[in-house]
Parts: sequence; C-alpha cells; structure tokens
Amino acid sequence: MSADAGRERTRPVRCLIAKVGLDGHDRGAHVIARAFRDAGFEVVYSGLHRAPEEIVQAAVQEDVDVLGISILSGAHDTLVPKVVEGLEEYGAFSETLLIVGGIIPEEDRDDLREMGVAAIFGPGTPMQETIDFVRENAPVRPDDPA
Amino acid sequence: MTEPDSPDPPDRNRQLVASLLDGEHRALARVISRIEDRAPGHRDLVSRLHPHTGDAAVIGVTGSPGAGKSTLVDKLAAAYRDRGDTVGVVAVDPASPYSGGSVLGDRIRMAATVGDMDVFVRSMSARGRLGGLSTATTDAVHALDAFGKDVVLVETVGAGQNEVDIVRTADTVAVVVQPGSGDDVQMLKAGILEIGDVFVVNKADMDGVDRLLAELEEMLHRSGSGGAPVDAGGHHGPAVGAGGHHGPTAGASAPETGPDDGDADGRESGSDPETGADVPSWDPRVVTTVATEGDGIDDLVDAFDAHASYLRASGAGRERARSRHAAEIRRLVREDANVLLDAEIRRQGGLDALAERVLAGDTDPYTVASGIVEPIADCVDDGRPPREAADDPDTTAERGPDGDA
Repeated sequence: MSADAGRERTRPVRCLIAKVGLDGHDRGAHVIARAFRDAGFEVVYSGLHRAPEEIVQAAVQEDVDVLGISILSGAHDTLVPKVVEGLEEYGAFSETLLIVGGIIPEEDRDDLREMGVAAIFGPGTPMQETIDFVRENAPVRPDDPA
Repeated sequence: MTEPDSPDPPDRNRQLVASLLDGEHRALARVISRIEDRAPGHRDLVSRLHPHTGDAAVIGVTGSPGAGKSTLVDKLAAAYRDRGDTVGVVAVDPASPYSGGSVLGDRIRMAATVGDMDVFVRSMSARGRLGGLSTATTDAVHALDAFGKDVVLVETVGAGQNEVDIVRTADTVAVVVQPGSGDDVQMLKAGILEIGDVFVVNKADMDGVDRLLAELEEMLHRSGSGGAPVDAGGHHGPAVGAGGHHGPTAGASAPETGPDDGDADGRESGSDPETGADVPSWDPRVVTTVATEGDGIDDLVDAFDAHASYLRASGAGRERARSRHAAEIRRLVREDANVLLDAEIRRQGGLDALAERVLAGDTDPYTVASGIVEPIADCVDDGRPPREAADDPDTTAERGPDGDA
C-alpha cells in the first residue's frame, strides 16, 4: 500500500461559486470563478437562478471547502439563512467557509456575519484580497494530512 | 507491500464507509474527495467499499466538446429517476495546465434533476495526474455503486487517452456526435469508434443528420462488427436495433441488412442464453436525439437496457468485468512499483544527480536505469525461481502484450 502514503501534494481548494435567487447578473461570478481557477482552486460553477436547496445540494455533493454566493438582488437576508440551514441539516456547515459577494448594504452585514458568513466582498474588492482570504481561511479537515 | 508510515486511523475509514452504506450523502461526498485526493488511506477505503459494489449499471458518455454530453446526461438522469432508479453522475472536466485550477461547469446543465438528492452529481477535475485520473474515476464510481446507485453515468470529453481509458471502465459506452461537425468524424476515425456500444447522434434537428448517419453506418460496417442497424427515425423501438444480427465472423462480408434471415439467426441463438448457446455479438446501436428537447432519450435508455441484457445473456459482461479488474490490478501494481522505484532513485542520490552524471559523461542512461531496477529484480528473482516462471505458460504469456496501460 505504499502508494497510499503521503506522496501526494496538498489538496487543491475546492469552491462552489453560486448564483442564488432571481438576479441574472453573473459577470462577477464568472470573474471570480476564473480568478479562483487561475489561483489553482477547483471551482464548481452553479449557473444562474439557483434555489437555496439546489445550492446546498451542490455544496454537499461536491464536498466543497468554500461556498461563495453571489447576490445582487437584495434578497440576501432571506436566501443566505436558507443556505445556512440546509448546510447545517447535512452537517456540512462547520466545514464550509461561507463567503458572500455582491451588493450587500452596510447595515445588513452584521446580521449575515452572525449567521455564519465568514466574509463579505463588495464591489471593488481587489481580487487578490479575496483569494488570500480563501487561502488563509479554507477549513482544515480532520483527515487532512498535517 | 511495504507500508512506510501507516497513515490513517482505519477507524475513520470504517466510520465513513458505515455512514456511506447508511445512505449519508455527506459521507459519500467525503469518500469521493478522499479517493480523488488520493488521501492517505484511500486504498483501504476503496477495499472496504469493494464488497458492496457490482450492482450498478455503469454507463460512460463521451464525445467531442459541445456535442451535448452534459445535457444528455441530465436528461438521462431524469429518465432513470422517472422509472424509479437512483442515479450517480461523475463529470470529468479538464484542468488548466498552468495553474492546476479548473472551472467545472457540468453542473450548469444539470437542470432536470436539481433538488433531487437521489441524483448525486460529482464534478471532477482532470488535475493533470498522469494516469491517475482513470483510477480516481473508477474508484469514485465504486463509491457511488456501493452507496446503492442503480445507474452511474460517467461523462468525459472524448479526447485523449486518459478520457478513453475512463469510459472504457464502463459497462456500456455511449459516444455522442453531432451533425455539421467534421471533427466528430475525425474523432471516430481516431479510435473512439471501437469503444462505442451505442452511438448517439445528438442535435438531430440540425442540418446534416442524414449525412452523419450515413457516415456512421459506413464506418461501423467497415469496422467489421456486422451490419449496425441505423435507427434513422429515432423513434423506433429496440427491435430495430436487435435485428440484422449476423454471426460474429460473418459481419464483414454480409451485406448490410438481411432482416429476414439475419433476424432469424440472431433470435434463435440469442433466445437460449441459459443453455450456453451462442449469443450473437453486439451490433453497435445508433440512436438519434435532441437532448435539449428530450427527444429520443427513451430510445437511448432502451438501447442501454438492451446492451445490459446482452452483457448478461452473452457473458460479455463477465468478460468485461474481468478485464476491468485486470486493468485495475495492473494499474495499482504499477503505481506501487513506481513508488518503490522513486524511493530507489532517491536512495541513489535523486534523478537530477543521476542525470548530471550522464551529462558529465561518467555513465549512460541505460546503465543508470539497470542499476536502479536491479535490486528490485533481485528480490523478485529470489522470491520466485526463474525456472518455475518459465515453465508456466500463463505467466510468460501474460508478460508479453501488456505494454500499454
């Protein structure tokens, strides 16, 4: 079983970039998906107009480290809680770094953070900042080699 | 086999497998991740899954980019769900050779079955591991199989040896082509024709379908597998496909359709498989579809079912399974041997240092290579007297043609 032991390089960061709800503005999601790819991440892109349950399904099945939700519709305070609940239901929440991008008014941000959103990236955030944040905060799994 | 540092608490694997068999989606997802990452202990994991595998019908779907594979897989998954089957999907996408990263977009097309957890879709990146991809895919299919999926669809671009290797591990291989693209015909010529059990002419509402069907028919005949019935209408039942059987050897010379006598032949020998009578060889089916509209999907499912019954009745399924296991064993042994060789290379100072000596004119690559393999060869020879090996025709026969992985 020697091929079993540790010759592998470290696991790439696996992300789901998701467009949830009814807004059709996916330019930002595309740009992020591509930047993440160029950073060496594995990016699963959901496509447009996904319901929270679909996002949860994809996040669980794809076993992602990072879930990035792009919302520009203003419906974040109803959509994000549903995603969080869904992830909790499958026991996936604690091992998923949840980040939100898009237009989120300042006064809503604390609520989202309390729900468990690790970071919120508004318009104009330098790409490198987002990438660095993901690199530093992508959850370590108990079964990851040290 | 040596185990340098016994890495993983087997407890963890035992739990994961128990949860997976219990139907926990997250456990299945995590098992696939560990398999895909070749994480320490992943082999133990796959070994534990093995006793629970073998029940799923594994269907490989391949074809050139843009032929409609993802849409087809989506619609197929929906069709299988409609009749109560649970479905697993493994979708392989290329990785960037520069960053190693990838954007896996196959999920975008999964629209018909979203929200249905009984369709488990997993995207995989072709992370540029040499040869490792087909191992990871096969093992992921095992995981879905063990989880209890009735049907597992494996989707991959039909370019490159890796991809061909992947779909070859399926029970049934579907090759998807679209009209109006000369590329498809080129692809078929380039060796993918031989692996197709079912050919899907997708986008059949576009111009050029007739021509593509004619070309396909011609190529299938030329390949000598007998008269492949071309189901040009796309709405005929399986009976059309089942007709036109000729004996396995007569195919090349027999004219295209002799439905009357060919049919009689085929039926007769095919009807009593239990007694071990000859079952006619499989003639690749051609099915036309418009995946976006869902047209022809039922025909395609019929064709897959027909192929599955053929595999069962003829014993070809067993044969395929055996060669699949053989390939798997060979691959694993090579992986292990490579690890041993790498260790030996390191022990002798590393590849760079060895190359430097060749560069300096001290030695040549052949001598260096022999020096590395010799200790291993010695061990093998010690363990098994060479005379015994030479006496055994099976052993010697197996050594020969296995050059390719």
